[in-house]
Amino acid sequence: MLDFVQQLVSGIALGCVYGLIALGFVLVYKATEVVNFAQGDLMMLGGFFAFTFIGMLGLNYWVGFAGAVICMALFGMLAERVVVRPILGYPQFSIIMATIGLGYFLRSVAGMIWGTDDFKIETPFSQGVLRIGSLVLAYDKLSVIAATIILCALLYLFFNRTTLGTAMRASSENMLAAYYMGIPVKRVVSIVWAISAAVATCAGVLLAPITFIHSNVGLVLGLKAFPAAVLGGFGSIPGAVVGGVLIGVIESMAGFYLPQGWKDVAPYIVLLAVLLLKPEGLFGLHVRKKV
Amino acid sequence: MRFLFKTDYEDDIRLFPHSGYVYSYGLLLAVLVIAPYVLSSYLMSQLVFVCIYATVGVGLMILTGFTGQASLGHAAFLAIGAYTAAYLQQFNVPFPVYFLAAGLLTGVVGALVGFPALRLQGIYLVIATISFAFIVEEIMARWESVTNGNEGMRVKAMQLLGATVSRDGPTFYYLCLAVLVLTIVGTLNLLRSPTGRAFVAIRDSETAARSMGINVALYKVKSFAISAAITGFAGVLFAHKLSFISPEMFTLQLSIEFIIVILIGGTFSLHGAVLGAIFLVMIDPFLTYLKDDMPGVIAGVAATLGAGAERAGHIQDAVAAFASANGLKGAIYGVIIVVFVLFEPLGLYGRWLKIKLFFQLFPLYKRATFKRQKIYVKSERNR
Repeated sequence: MLDFVQQLVSGIALGCVYGLIALGFVLVYKATEVVNFAQGDLMMLGGFFAFTFIGMLGLNYWVGFAGAVICMALFGMLAERVVVRPILGYPQFSIIMATIGLGYFLRSVAGMIWGTDDFKIETPFSQGVLRIGSLVLAYDKLSVIAATIILCALLYLFFNRTTLGTAMRASSENMLAAYYMGIPVKRVVSIVWAISAAVATCAGVLLAPITFIHSNVGLVLGLKAFPAAVLGGFGSIPGAVVGGVLIGVIESMAGFYLPQGWKDVAPYIVLLAVLLLKPEGLFGLHVRKKV
Repeated sequence: MRFLFKTDYEDDIRLFPHSGYVYSYGLLLAVLVIAPYVLSSYLMSQLVFVCIYATVGVGLMILTGFTGQASLGHAAFLAIGAYTAAYLQQFNVPFPVYFLAAGLLTGVVGALVGFPALRLQGIYLVIATISFAFIVEEIMARWESVTNGNEGMRVKAMQLLGATVSRDGPTFYYLCLAVLVLTIVGTLNLLRSPTGRAFVAIRDSETAARSMGINVALYKVKSFAISAAITGFAGVLFAHKLSFISPEMFTLQLSIEFIIVILIGGTFSLHGAVLGAIFLVMIDPFLTYLKDDMPGVIAGVAATLGAGAERAGHIQDAVAAFASANGLKGAIYGVIIVVFVLFEPLGLYGRWLKIKLFFQLFPLYKRATFKRQKIYVKSERNR
């Protein structure tokens, strides 16, 4: 029983990371209907920025964290301006390919700049565990869970309660109509990319003590975050986190109870099953086909 | 400019619209046939890879280019073809038999993937095919009694008509070329048949196709099966060419390479698959050339521009260090993909068509002919 709870908690922590990356997917998708295959790589880059600030320049953890988030938000805007904006309005597949290309580029450049070793960031939560009875919880995992809940709540409120959030939802439904209504669609899209890159950075920095930062971490985790986003229904913010947690728990349970090899495949099997049975995901909207 | 005067439906669906096609493709074929006697063995080896990649490209083109179903899982089909060949070869099954068996098995798997894919569109389909590829990769790594797991499998030299076909010899090249040419001709024939037209109709508008009485589900599954089978055939050749296969060869990276092939070539025509394959395979020798020769060239240029010998030496070292940096190839891949998506969405073949049209219409060419339409009123969610 204790094993089960321990696995459950570490699965939830892992799942929160997937959820954070999936949040980035969902944000961009919600606002622009673009699926950003480079999301994981943005996360990786954010982690490297934080590593540069904290590990190499020796800044305070929180200052470095904030610096990385700001840098990555600007970088997200830049990436949107250069890669995505010229092809908005073209078939989705072109945009998917463009973001895959962007991901390739970021991965290789990060490998060239920072090398291909694993890096670790010293955080205030790196050491220490919380003991509840005989249950042992590491602070770094708890920090991921807490950050995910806070970010998810903030973004949910942002999308549903603020004017900017409403503008984002409007431009996702129909860019042209939103533009006619006076919404500065280009700026909105730009801001969404900034937010999504910032969220990715949070994921990257929080993740650093758990999985370390290396140039391929984005690809590995980004691909795990896809099932999370799909499971939650691609357009739903709470869905992304719930999907992420489910995937994380499934993965850690499969790693513990099933023979070797199932751990890596289980998320994808679940994903295929979800796509087959309920393609709109757990929280997705069911929409009727129009001609 | 040549005006084709069509008087008959048959004129409209001919494989060779006019005699010019016969001459130019005949010439191309002749060049390809004498290539082994002219080119170096390294380039010949690359040419074999061009044939294999182009075959996969044609297969993927049927699915993505003509039926409009994106797939990032074709490495899995290639793996199934390759492993089928390697497995059956252990029991002394002759080449023609396991070649066909590989294609058949991959086709069946493709159809099985096609069924779940019926309900999916756009990104969901892409993600589903990625998942499928992951699962296949993991099966290859774990099913050790058949695939020998992560240790990989040796593939013996091919036995054809009692003779051993070396993987570096001209015979193997001719075989790959023959498979490619047969695939292309077969696909062209498929595309002018009702099946091919149904594919294109589904790509252009699924709803319209359905209301015209096309059984969308059936044709999508067919498209998946055909595409997978062609990839399976290519997989057999791939296995023989590499003579060793292991699961980590058939990763997402390879699937992305196949998509790059058709994306760079141009996703609307079979020419695109071949041009893209040439581009993708030949980029390797090109990069090697750059790595070896560019530092010297740049240093030479710097020296002629007035930099001292020591300065030129520094520049040469710097360029050499940059050119041999780890991951430069990945960065170049990334840039190529982005540049093609942004600036040349019709790919290399599209560029060729533009150049051709420019000269055909000489003073009257206008760029808008090839302009893509932007649709902002979209929300593919509601489609």
